[in-house]
Amino acid sequence: MSNVPQEMKYSKEHEWVRVEGNKAYIGITDFAQSELGDIVFVELPETGDELVQNSTFGTVESVKTVSDLYAPVSGTILEINESLTDSPEKVNESPYGEGWMVVVELKDAGELDNLLTAEQYEEIIKG
Amino acid sequence: MTTLKRTPLFPVYAESGGKTIDFGGWELPVQFSGILDEHEAVRTRAGLFDVSHMGELEVKGADALANIQRWITNDASKIEINQALYSPMCYPDGGCVDDLLVYRHAADHYILVVNAANIEKDFEWVVKNSFGNVEIVNLSEGISQLALQGPLAERILQKLTDYDLSAIKYYWFAQVVTVGGIKALVSRTGYTGEDGFEIYVDAKQAIAMWNAILQAGKEDGLVPVGLGARDTLRFEAKLPLYGQEISATVSPIEAGLGMFVKLDKADFADFIGRDALAKQKEQGAKRKLVGFEMIERGIPRTHYEVQVNGRKIGEVTTGTMGPTVKKNIGLALIEAEFATIGQELDIIIRNKPVKGVIIKTPFYKREK
Repeated sequence: MSNVPQEMKYSKEHEWVRVEGNKAYIGITDFAQSELGDIVFVELPETGDELVQNSTFGTVESVKTVSDLYAPVSGTILEINESLTDSPEKVNESPYGEGWMVVVELKDAGELDNLLTAEQYEEIIKG
Repeated sequence: MTTLKRTPLFPVYAESGGKTIDFGGWELPVQFSGILDEHEAVRTRAGLFDVSHMGELEVKGADALANIQRWITNDASKIEINQALYSPMCYPDGGCVDDLLVYRHAADHYILVVNAANIEKDFEWVVKNSFGNVEIVNLSEGISQLALQGPLAERILQKLTDYDLSAIKYYWFAQVVTVGGIKALVSRTGYTGEDGFEIYVDAKQAIAMWNAILQAGKEDGLVPVGLGARDTLRFEAKLPLYGQEISATVSPIEAGLGMFVKLDKADFADFIGRDALAKQKEQGAKRKLVGFEMIERGIPRTHYEVQVNGRKIGEVTTGTMGPTVKKNIGLALIEAEFATIGQELDIIIRNKPVKGVIIKTPFYKREK
């Protein structure tokens, strides 16, 4: 069973969001990393770039597959997880921790209401 | 939705955590523990593959050899009984029908082992191009194939048989070997760049054979391996995959397989495709398969465009992160004039040119 922490919000595209004040950490879910398999490459935007909710903002590649990352919320990138350049396997090992991808300054906290709760996301991945 | 075909080993995948995908109409495991783990296991210990989807075509009769010589580009008269041969099989224009192994069982008895997706096509092709006293039978349904690959393959398999496996040399086979109490054909062949065996058994015995080998190899770190690692293993060793490096529109000469095209076969000079291939050999092919590594960050993938000075010169046939060589590498079919070591290439990744450079292949070669 995939791990779906209660304290986060989720997108249908399998990204998670953890809000701290007006900042939001973004990554991909345990279910997503497990489906992708061994992740060998992560391409992220740069600090200062703008994310637009539901638009692509990067790419994650496993040995066999290439997948787009979709922004679960809009905002300005404050920081990216540089360590994923050399250690993309952190996304497999710790998708909600060291495998985080970007931190944004939220543009519109109201967008969080469009996201799924842990219970709703669990329903989706149960299929 | 059409129903996917399954091999007799389908029921055992789940026990080992196999995750299946649709592979050319077959429901096969893409991975068990993980592609990188499995790849590493085969390079350093051993891995067990279900390759029962591969096809086996039996060719018998007084004219069996003459027929095979007409169909394939390599010279089947050079192999002895109990020896195997790799060969492309071409259309008249030099494009590939398939690539295959020829097993010589007797002077007038051969088995061709062909790619799963091509079984029906190949069968029709060889029947259509047959002559004289020859009987061709598709045995694919009744035969299962397991591949045991890796430096510890011989040690593991030897535990299950009294037959001296060290006596089976590279590209030779033994027709009847009792492995774990089950009769099998054992050949020293493979598709990983490692030492190892391919084991052919009656489909009804496939599960028993699978379990016997996995059990025998447990203490040596043998693991089941899926198609994902099979692809990365063969790719690092630059073994071609039909549909990517070779196809109906890519000739063996273009794909760098010229050594398997014998224009001067002693007893059968007019094999199918000979004229086209002779012309390519003589004049040089217009396109060539090259290996490259990325200089800038990015992973090349099948069909990505390859450019030089903003002009398309070809495309990637296979690319990935090479798990053993630990580099982002690819094979590409490009215009021959650019096919030199050190030539820089732009690989178009998500509409952006990313730099790579042509390097020597294979990317990986095992130490003997």
